[in-house]
Amino acid sequence: MAIAQQFCTFFIDKQFFAVPVQQVQEVIRYQEMTRVPLVPPVIRGLINLRGQIVVAFDLRRRLGYPDRPDDQKPMNVVVRADGETVSFLVDEIGDVIEVEEDCAEHPPETLRAEMRELVKEVFKLKDHLLLVLDTERTVNGAESLQKRH
Amino acid sequence: MDDLIREFLLESYENLDRLDQEFVKLETEPGNLELLKSIFRTIHTIKGTCGFLGFSKLEALTHAGENLLSVLRDGHLTLNSEITTALLAMVDAVRQMLSSIDTVGDEGERDDQELITTLARLLLPEPAAANEEPPGPKAEQPAKNDELHPEANIGEILIKRKTVKVIDVYDAVQQQQEGDPRHVGEILVEKGSVKPQDVLEALNLQQQVRAGSTSDSTIRVEVSQLDRLMNRVGELVLLRNQILQFSNSTEDSGLLATSQRLNLITTELQEGVMKTRMQPIGNIWSKFPRTVRDVATSFGKKVRIEMEGKETELDKTIIEAIKDPLTHIVRNSVDHGIETPDRRVAAGKPPEGLLLLLRSYHEGGQVNIEISDDGAGLDLEKIRRKAVEKGAISAEHSARMSEREAANLIFLPGLSTAEKVTNVSGRGVGMDVVRTNIDKIGGSVDVQSKLGAGTTVRMKIPLTLAIIPALIVTNNGDRYAIPQISLLELVRLEGQEAQKRIESVQGAPVYRLRGRLLPLVYLDRELRPDAAPDETAKSAVVNIVVLQADERQFGLVVDEINDTEEIVVKPLGKQLKGIKSFAGSTIMGDGRVALILDVLGLAQSANVVGESREHAAVGKEAGAAALGGQKQTMLLLQCGAEGRMAMELSLVARLEEFKPETIEKAGDQQVVQYRGEIMPLIRISDVLRLPHGNTPHDDTGMTQVVVFSDDGHSVGLVVDRILDIVEESFVRQQPSKREGLFGSAVIQQKVTDLLDVHSLIRTAIPGFFDAQHAHQEQ
Repeated sequence: MAIAQQFCTFFIDKQFFAVPVQQVQEVIRYQEMTRVPLVPPVIRGLINLRGQIVVAFDLRRRLGYPDRPDDQKPMNVVVRADGETVSFLVDEIGDVIEVEEDCAEHPPETLRAEMRELVKEVFKLKDHLLLVLDTERTVNGAESLQKRH
Repeated sequence: MDDLIREFLLESYENLDRLDQEFVKLETEPGNLELLKSIFRTIHTIKGTCGFLGFSKLEALTHAGENLLSVLRDGHLTLNSEITTALLAMVDAVRQMLSSIDTVGDEGERDDQELITTLARLLLPEPAAANEEPPGPKAEQPAKNDELHPEANIGEILIKRKTVKVIDVYDAVQQQQEGDPRHVGEILVEKGSVKPQDVLEALNLQQQVRAGSTSDSTIRVEVSQLDRLMNRVGELVLLRNQILQFSNSTEDSGLLATSQRLNLITTELQEGVMKTRMQPIGNIWSKFPRTVRDVATSFGKKVRIEMEGKETELDKTIIEAIKDPLTHIVRNSVDHGIETPDRRVAAGKPPEGLLLLLRSYHEGGQVNIEISDDGAGLDLEKIRRKAVEKGAISAEHSARMSEREAANLIFLPGLSTAEKVTNVSGRGVGMDVVRTNIDKIGGSVDVQSKLGAGTTVRMKIPLTLAIIPALIVTNNGDRYAIPQISLLELVRLEGQEAQKRIESVQGAPVYRLRGRLLPLVYLDRELRPDAAPDETAKSAVVNIVVLQADERQFGLVVDEINDTEEIVVKPLGKQLKGIKSFAGSTIMGDGRVALILDVLGLAQSANVVGESREHAAVGKEAGAAALGGQKQTMLLLQCGAEGRMAMELSLVARLEEFKPETIEKAGDQQVVQYRGEIMPLIRISDVLRLPHGNTPHDDTGMTQVVVFSDDGHSVGLVVDRILDIVEESFVRQQPSKREGLFGSAVIQQKVTDLLDVHSLIRTAIPGFFDAQHAHQEQ
């Protein structure tokens, strides 16, 4: 029998993404952010999560998508990655879904470099593909980005 | 780890700390039975528990120590230095084993047989005693208070006092458990196994014991628990700030009153929780008598330590942070400061009873800590020489330093004036680390010394780090918090002033703050180095926040200055830790996040504070750096038609402008009335016989004067133009034979003469410095 995994899904530029549900602390609507100077553009700012200050990563920028239009406010997927709580800014939140492990595949070689580095697995769902992100890499890669800047 | 073991470790650590003090005290009062008993009890407890937990090595050692102690306690043997040393060695060994248990889980590979033998040998004068007296409370005597457990129940006390048989008490307890509502004492009396009077006595005793113990009134709480509580209170403070902001904009008197009440209670709660994290400084001081004894003994010195203000309280994190710096200073005092007895006698001081005074007290929201000794004091000449040798300062600079500045040179890295390097100090690492650590927690440290009379090190430490007052400023629409501790003053320039008063030479903007040159740092340029300079730089209003960073002052130009607020410091996430300009983050009254600026980091990235410390450290490695090879801040002047001169900025007291008509004559000397004094003026170009420029004054029609002060007396150096302030490293070339010049160097790609201000003044006014000295001697 196939093992089922649960994922918290979201959309970035109409593409279907997900992170493992165990790593998600919560999902919240758009929060006011404080800009942080001198950091790579991937870090959009700091948000106040009930007294806890978390760094917000813009996944559009992280994955190499164009910025979302100004009137479109991002949502926050708050995840625990690499011992820290951070927020991923996404376009839209999807459902929590359960998928069976045997429909997982390695990301195709043709994926853009930024994406291939961050996408851990690809699930073939009935009507579309689900790209599962490696949260640690998403966060830590940003640190190396910082050095480059 | 096993809870039981952790409990045992915690308790034992505490007890051992007390032991150190007690031993040292015992040496001065060898007959103090109370002390001996207390020491005995501690060792006995450790021995008992570790036997139970199966730490056999620890048990064997403590057993040997206990035997010796029991003999001492019973007065069969008197304490001497040898015994104390052996016992202290035992305490150290116990401590090592405990820490090994703490980290590795067992006592570690060790052999304490030698120590055990020593402890046993010391018993020998009356070897029988050890065998005769088994450890523990002596059975024949009625138990005394101190041998009773504070929680001892009445039955135990009666048994100990031999007034009742164990079996009777057992029966009575049994009876009670079966439902007899009466007390054990009552049951016993009724049964006739004990006299009512005995029970009464036992009850009294029980009360005494309980009163003497604090175990009922205190509980042990994990620090992490308090940290969490503190965080919650921090959030509450933020919430309170938000509600206050909100309620101020409404008319609802009910809400207003409620929020005022909330305000009050939150403040009280905040204070209360902060208090739980407070610890008396005595907690770290308590280790010092032992440290001092060890160091003093190894150098054959006699040192008495005195403490004042042990109860002064500081936040736990701060206590932790100052522990090592304090220990270092204390060791230094004993090692270097205090002389050996014979030297002291020769110096006319008492050979013994040297004083190492620790004092601490609250002052203006800070805690002051002083460590004084009456030792040899700092040899300032030697320190100066050493600093110059190491290339930390220039010879001229060193000559100009006040005594206090010179004394504070000991905080430079690589500087040790110890004649010989000991295992305690003298390796030239330490005092700079002390200052770095104190700086880190926002404190300051200063040393004062008088040769032959002693040294005092003074620290100022903030009470807490978690909630600090801060100034809120705005830049480019974002708010930033600046810790108030670095704030000196605020300057606002409006209209014309904003344009005129900021002088920007070759991209290095400065402002004359009461005549002193204040380098300016534009926050916006620091935070957005890539942004194109926009019109904000030329705005009508300039707000300057005057800050202090590492002994240097600079002005931070911000868009707006808002308000001061109590802020809760929150650490930055891992991704932002690498940015030097930020110290942390906080949440403002409206719930939004603001970054806390790191004043020192900002100053460093703006090159206001040279990384002189690092430079000196590098210099040390590379051998003594060539004089003048390190960065110096120089004032560039134009004297005469084309004389390009430089003088050390540290020699400049002020920059002034005088209208030519205010310059008067006194005899042959040009003078000007300045701050209620008559200040002589020296025209540098005249003294150096340089060709006069076409314009004797600068474009403004004012006479430009660099004021030099020595011991309260000033002299004005008239120059033609003030060109720039540069921080550059340059090498002096072509030593000059001319009076008034050191030589020349290439500064900013141009050949520049280096002014020897002292010789210049001496040439022009021969008696100037002598007059000062004469004045000093009077």
